[in-house]
Parts: sequence; structure tokens; C-alpha cells
Amino acid sequence: MTAYLYKKRSVPFELIEANLLEVNDEQMLQISKETGIVLNLEEMKRVREYFSKLGRNPTDIELQTIGQTWSEHCFHKTFKGDIVTPKGESIVANMFREYIAKSTEELSLPWCRSVFEDNAGIVDFENDYAIAAKVETHNHPSAIEPFGGAATGVGGVIRDVLGVWADPIACTDVLCFGPLDYDYENLPQGTKHPKYLFRGVVAGIGHYGNNMGIPTVNGTIRFDDGYVGNIVVYCGCVGILPMKTFVQNTKPGDIAVLAGGRTGRDGIHGVTFASAELTKESEEVSRPAVQIANPIEEEKLKRAIIEIRDQRLASAITDLGGGGLSCATGEMAHRSQCGIHIELEKVPLKYPGMSPWEIYISESQERMLLSVPKKNLQSVLDIFEGEEVEASPVGRFTKGNILEVYYHEHAVAHLDLDFLYSPPRVRRVAEWKKPMHKDPSFAEPQDLTRELLQLLSSPNVSSRESVIRVYDHEVKGNTVLKPLQGRFAGPNDSAIIKPLNKSWKGIVISCGMNPTYGRIDPYWMAASAIDEAIRNNIAVGGRRIALLDNFTWGSPERPDRLGGLVRACKACYDFAKAYGTPFISGKDSLYNESPLGSVTPTLLITAIGIIPDVRKAVSVDLKGPNNLLYLVGKTYPELGGSEYYRMKGFVGRTVPNVKMNQARNIMNSVTKAIDARLVKSCHDLSEGGLAAAVAEMALAGGYGIELFLEKVLRSTDSMRNDYILFSESNSRFLVEVMEKRQEDFEALMKNVDHAVIGKTRRNTRFLVYGLDGKVVVDASIDELREAWRSTLEG
Amino acid sequence: MEAGIKVCILRVAGTNCDAETKRSFEDLGVKAEILHLSRLVKEKSLFDYSALVFPGGFSYGDYVRAGAILAKRTLAKLGSDMKEFIEEERLILGICNGFQVLVEAGLLPRFSRVSEHPEASLATNIPIGYHCNWAHIKHENSGRCIFTQKIPKGKTLEIPVAHAEGRFIFSKETETDYLEKLYENDQLVFRYCDENGEYANGKYPINPNGAFHDIAGICDDTGRIFGLMPHPERAYYGWQLPNWTRKEKIPKYSDGKLIFQSMVEYLKKNFT
Repeated sequence: MTAYLYKKRSVPFELIEANLLEVNDEQMLQISKETGIVLNLEEMKRVREYFSKLGRNPTDIELQTIGQTWSEHCFHKTFKGDIVTPKGESIVANMFREYIAKSTEELSLPWCRSVFEDNAGIVDFENDYAIAAKVETHNHPSAIEPFGGAATGVGGVIRDVLGVWADPIACTDVLCFGPLDYDYENLPQGTKHPKYLFRGVVAGIGHYGNNMGIPTVNGTIRFDDGYVGNIVVYCGCVGILPMKTFVQNTKPGDIAVLAGGRTGRDGIHGVTFASAELTKESEEVSRPAVQIANPIEEEKLKRAIIEIRDQRLASAITDLGGGGLSCATGEMAHRSQCGIHIELEKVPLKYPGMSPWEIYISESQERMLLSVPKKNLQSVLDIFEGEEVEASPVGRFTKGNILEVYYHEHAVAHLDLDFLYSPPRVRRVAEWKKPMHKDPSFAEPQDLTRELLQLLSSPNVSSRESVIRVYDHEVKGNTVLKPLQGRFAGPNDSAIIKPLNKSWKGIVISCGMNPTYGRIDPYWMAASAIDEAIRNNIAVGGRRIALLDNFTWGSPERPDRLGGLVRACKACYDFAKAYGTPFISGKDSLYNESPLGSVTPTLLITAIGIIPDVRKAVSVDLKGPNNLLYLVGKTYPELGGSEYYRMKGFVGRTVPNVKMNQARNIMNSVTKAIDARLVKSCHDLSEGGLAAAVAEMALAGGYGIELFLEKVLRSTDSMRNDYILFSESNSRFLVEVMEKRQEDFEALMKNVDHAVIGKTRRNTRFLVYGLDGKVVVDASIDELREAWRSTLEG
Repeated sequence: MEAGIKVCILRVAGTNCDAETKRSFEDLGVKAEILHLSRLVKEKSLFDYSALVFPGGFSYGDYVRAGAILAKRTLAKLGSDMKEFIEEERLILGICNGFQVLVEAGLLPRFSRVSEHPEASLATNIPIGYHCNWAHIKHENSGRCIFTQKIPKGKTLEIPVAHAEGRFIFSKETETDYLEKLYENDQLVFRYCDENGEYANGKYPINPNGAFHDIAGICDDTGRIFGLMPHPERAYYGWQLPNWTRKEKIPKYSDGKLIFQSMVEYLKKNFT
């Protein structure tokens, strides 16, 4: 710290003023850097302007509060900022409002109860019950300390769901790593090996979810060179709540109650860390930013909160996540147009010696903030005590809009909440240039059986069983459709939870993600991820789908990164609108940069659907011999970004598009067929295309198949056998139908592309006939299963 | 609801299978109450209940040996009551973490008296790590165990396991003797087997944790205290089965129900 920029206040504890009123711009930036708040010059000027009017300098706790609140992580300033071309012409004035929230607004669906407002999105379920859903990113901490980073990611998203009074009932996890066999020699200094990160993250996720007794039911894992420097850890949580108990209405006079774990130095500057790039020093500099997980503490907290909810004793709730108490208190007060008065010495600490600012911004885990009317305070404290949870009144809400913080009766912060919640808008330059990929030219391989076996054993297609089994996906006893299907552990497209004892209705949880497509065009990556998430949901019987978006991107201060992000967001609007599937919640993680460059830009779409009767759910495994196999949807020569091209060492150019004129009809027709009980099994076509899909259905069900590629409906006659087998065109399903139901099924499919392309067999032979009628794939399903299961060790 | 019979499902910090366990009893028309240990001690009496259930979970985080903390706490807080509770021929069930608790408390295998030190252990799985999967278990009991009265000897049940510490073992020195005793007293209840009823003989994943002699569940020498690693409450209804989508008609119930039914039948006979 540069001494002349700061002054110690004469109080009996450490309180430092920054001499903002008397320093030049350069020194101001130095203050921003040295205090770790990483605000830019324009933002620092706004801070100075505010304090000039007050005629005094800010304290460390004030600066830190502003830094936390205005961070990319908390305020999402890129998404809310002005995006312009390099020439300064406006592209979009507020991506969040114009692209993400707009589709939801325009769709204006009555079943959307609370969107983008709170810690989690809320949609109707059954009678008064509603579903809450949230997906978080926890990339940066997991790259430094995979076990703790991932575990606290799960803990954080569970608290988001508790933060809308919902009982958490299912978790999801979506992970991206570098290749597990990545050469140690090529790892940049300070970067941890993908295998170490993979094992740590998986263990961390299991640790938290299992210990809390929340089943981890859905997810996916990707491996790609683009994740060596920056891994991706998405943690999701779905909860359920009776809407009549939902309340976020803090009144002046209500008491601020802090409950849960004690506050320590773990998790200082987590949000600013999350908004910075990873370097070789990150380990040392940012280690304190990673928190420590204690799932049992959160389990107790959950019990108490649900009890307080059911007795309706509190007026509002929020979790302590990024920014700790500083963000939670400010947001809760601001949301209800109140002020707040905090007495920091009342915060229970893990150990003495913390400065007020550290207490205020610490991100120690397993803490929640409640506002409680005075008359209910004792009852609330009693409930916490009954669960052996520490809870302390730390302040009260006031009239007006002032955030005031005291420490042992000394005022340490006094901020206008309107100022705090209106940071200067950022203006960022975006420019997307279409990459120069070409479609490769290579001869059709002689032996497509070998190609298929290789594809099934590739890291992105192979079985995830070794990971899924270390997560408890059965706890609560409500997992109707499990992530792994039956004896052979086939990959179901979605998980289904039956949350209410007295209702057959289910919640359908699925996801979609196609990062490789983004190398060609982020617009079609986003469109494909939406299509994939929806069709995974549809394939098991889901409908009335709500979406969640999670962006992991590189630095938004680099125009090429931001250019891609703008395109992806644009697609989110276009396709959410076209499908009638509103976004209800989301989260972005930007600045995923490392010495190896930007992370592979990765959009995760999570889909939350419902199924009216879980007993009509459809699983992935083939059910019997001599049934018809229908391919619904048309196949295009779209292999750009496909697993097949990757296997061959190419990216390609022709990325899968979404043809909206057909897509929505296809989804609706499949739903009708499922409801009419015509569908014995169903699988969406995604990574690995038709070949992977049919292999997975066969190896999961234990029946062989015969397939005729000439029967596949295709956009052009010039497609080769391998392209038909491995194209990843969107909006396609493979459906098993009994022969005697052929007419009924075709009647429902009359408006969409569909064709019988083969049959299931009594034995275990897997035969594919090529365009010329000759056998091009000949394997036993045991061989396929062996290839598919052998790759990923736990 | 059946008048008179009340089941106590005991919970502490980290218990997490209480709700589905309660649901199973209630489906059978029996009143079940989920009760925190501290509330049981402060406000209630163990004798309000005719059966005590230790459900699954991670009691107190299982930060020492699984179940050890809760076992010690239970004995410290309810010790003499527990003794009397057992003498009055009431039932005690431990599922997964609950089984670990009963073993740590010396209540299982309990050859003729409560042992001061655990005589068996539910050790870290081999292969190591948490494992969630459906398992088959074969009923071995000849009639001692109250909790499996509805299950014919030799019947194979399909019930899921989910744990990291489920490897039932005796110490090497006592292993042969104690196994003999289990057979002698008819205390062996379930062993892991394949879907055809062939014993796993230690083979993973048929035996999911490397348990000695494929042991999945045992009872005490009275048959009224019973613990098992698999989760019968997760295999209570037909729609919970892993392969229900393959069936023409979904069965209403599945194998786990038999355990709760056996228990309830005894309770009805003896406590109403």
C-alpha cells in the first residue's frame, strides 16, 4: 500500500480512509488496485464525485462495498452496458434486457411467477406449489482449489434456491475440463492438470450434494483443449415451494438476522477475483478468495429456514453469496425501498482480529440473511436454536435509503443506496469476425464399425457412469427417471423428479451445451444449445419448458470475445421466443482468461419442464424386438463442430442450424405421441448424431437393431454414409414404436419429417446398411457397450 | 392411522433420509414422527414410541467414523432409556447411516448383550469412494429377524445402496467365530447377490462395498434390532424401480415395502 494515499482514522480498531479527494487519476487507479476493488477510472471518478459532494473521503469499508456491488460478478455490467462497434455505432444498449429478458417479457406467460428478480427463477408447478431454479458458475475458485471451489459452488446455488424460500430437491452439474491425457509439459505455470481438477471437482460436488441429501440428477461433462487454462463448473439447483409462503417484503423496523456459519477470512474478494483473469500468481494471490465448504451447516440452515417459511415468521430472505454481507444487506434493503442500519460487532466471527471491511465483504459459506418483524424475532431465533444453528440480529431496516454500518458504536460506512445501485454504465466494443474454417475433405472411411466404436469411446460421448455413481441421485426417493437407465446404465435424456406425494406430476430437468459449434458461430451454438435442452426434455415427456442461461466467456474488454457473446445472446432471444420457452434465470461468468487465452466460450442452457403424469415418462433403452425405429426430423450435412470431425482432427464450417419452421412442430408431435403412449423409447440426436443415439438406445436396452441409411430423410442426395451417421443436425429424435401402432404414430407425425429407418432385433447384432444396401456397421451391442463404458475412470 | 403405534424417526444435523422413511410408514397407516434428538431429550420420551428408526444421511457430517458421533450421543443422552426400550421388546431399525450408528453403539451384532466397544465395523468401501447404485440382496434369515417376517428365506430383493462406508467387517481375529455366531443365532439377514440370487463372493459391483461374506444387513440376537446398508425407503413404490419403464404395468410397490410391512405387523400385534 502506498502510504500517502491513505490515512488511518483515530478509532480503537483499524479503519483506513482513502484520500480520494486529493489524488490524481493515476493515483486513484492505484487505490483501486491496491485495495483489490478493481474499479476502472470512470467508476472511480463516480465514487470521487459522490464523496466530493459529501466533502469527505471514503473509508475502506465504503470503498469495498462499492467495489463488490459494482463488480461484474454482482452487477453484470457488461450485460447491462452499451455495446458498440469499433466505429462507435451502437449494437445493443442492454444485452440483458434486449436479448435475455425480452423474450420472457414478450411471451408474457402466466405460469412465470418470478423471473430474473430474485436469487432464482420461479414457475408454477401444481396447485399452489411452484418450482424454483437457479444455475451458478464457479469457474475461478474451482481452477484454484477444485474440491472446495466445486463444493461451495453447489452450496451457493442451493442457498440461491433457499433464498426464494424453496426447499431444494435436486441438483445438476455441468463441467468442462481440458483433456485428461493433456501433456504436463505443455501446462502453463500455475495451471493445474485437468485430471487433478476433474477428480477434485467431481469429489467436491458429490461431497456437498450427498451430505445435504439432495440428489444430483442431471449434467454433462465436456473435454476440450479450450478448458485447460480455465475450467467450467456449473452447479444448478431446483427447489419447490408453496407460493402462499413466498414473501420478500421487508418493512422499516424489521430486524436483520444473520444465520448459519461464522464469518471468517475465507472468501475475501471472491467477486473481484471472479471478475479478473487467471494468472500464474492466482494461486497465491487469490487463495483466500476460495471458501471452505460445510454442507452439514447448510443442511441445518435449510431445516430451520423451511420451518420459518412454513410458520411465516420472516418478511424476506436472501443468501450471502458474492460480496457477502455487503451485497446481501444492500440488496435486501434496496429491494424493499428501505434503508438499513448494521452493527458489525454483532456478526459472529470464526476468530478475532478481522477489520470491519473484512467482516462486511467476507464470503464465508453457509450464511443467510432474513428480515424479521420484531414480534417474530424470538420465535425465529428459537427455531434456529432448535436446529443448532447460530443466528444473530445484526441490524435493523430503516426508513429512507441509507446504508449505515457501525462497528462498536463508530460509524464506519454511510452510503446512499440509490448511488450504490446506479454505477456508471460501461461501454464496450464488440466485433465478431466469421472464423476462416473450411469443411474438410477426406475419403469416406472403409470401416465405419471402427469409426463408431472410436466415437463411442471418445471422451465427449462415452459413459459418465463412473462420475454419476459417486453422486447420490436417489436420495429423497423421488427420482422417477434416473440419470442412468436400468441395468446397463443407459444415458437418459433428462431426469424426472416427482416432488409431491399426492400428485403424479413431475419436474423434468435437462440441459444443452455445444461449445465446439461456437468456434464456428456462437449464434448457432446458442440456438443448438436451446434446441438440445428442449429436445432432451421433450424426449422423456417434458413440456411447458422454462430455460436458464449460463455464459462462460473470455474478457468482455476484448472486442472479439464480446462480439461472439453478442451473437450468442441474440440467438437466445430469437429461439426462446420462437419456441415459447422463456428464460427465467441466468448467470454469466466473464473474464475466463488464462495464459493460454480465452476459455472456449460456453453457453449452458438448462431446461425445466413438467410432465403431467410421471408414469408416462419415456426412457432411452430399447424395449423389445421387432419394433420400428423412426427418425423424426431431417438430416442435413451439418458436421461443423461435430464429434466426428473432432475425431478426425477438424472443426469444419457447416455448423448445425435450427430450422424453426419444422422444429416446433417436431417437438409438439413427439409430445403428442408420448401422451398417446405410442413411444416405447426415445432419444434425442446430439453429439455423435444418429450413430451414437441408436447405439446408446441399443446398448441400454439389450436389443440389437438393423438400420437402413437410404431410409433416412436427408436434405440432399449427395450425403455419404458417414455423414448420415454422424451429422449433428438439430431437432431430431429416434423413436421406438411397436409395429401395431404404426398407423397411429404416423397420423400424429403427418406434419413433420419422419421415416421408419430400421427395426429392433431379437438378438444383439447391431447392423447398419449403407446407401448401396451393403452392411457398413456390424457389431454386437456388447462391443458397443464395452467401447462406450471403458473411457472415463472415476 | 393405526391407533397406539407411533414410530420415532430420529434425526440430528446431517440426517437426510427422514422424509421418505416417514412416508413409507405412513403409507402403511402408521403414525411416524420425525424428531430431532435434542427435542426428544427435552420435550418427549422414547416410550411414546414403539419403534425407533435411525434413517440414512451423514449424521454430524460423519467427520469421524460414519455413525460414531451419533452413536455416542445417543448412548449419552438416552442410554438407560434405550436399554429399557430394548427390554420392552420395542423395535430399532437402522438404515445406511443408521446401521453404522447401531454398529458403533454396540447394538449390533449384540451377541446376547450390548457390547461396550463396536464388535464390527462399516468400513470404507472397496473400491474406495461413494457409490450409488441398485443392488440385489438375498434374504438369509430363518425367522429370528422381526423385520423380514414377510420375506421368504432365499428371496432376492432389489434395493439401492448409496454410501462410502458400507463394508461390513469383523476384526480378523474374530471374523470366523463371529460369522459362525451370526449363523448360529440366526442373525444374518441379507447378503449381496446378483439378480439370479447367486452370492457376490466379494465381486464388485454385485457386492458394492467389499463387505465380508457379502453381508448387507444383520439383526441382534433378539431379532428386534436390525440394520442394513441398502435403502428400503427408496424401493418402496414401483415407480422408484430402476427399470419400471420396461414394464407393461408399473407395480404399485416394490421390495422395500416388505421390511416396513413386517415391522408394522409386529408392532400392531404387540403394541395395540
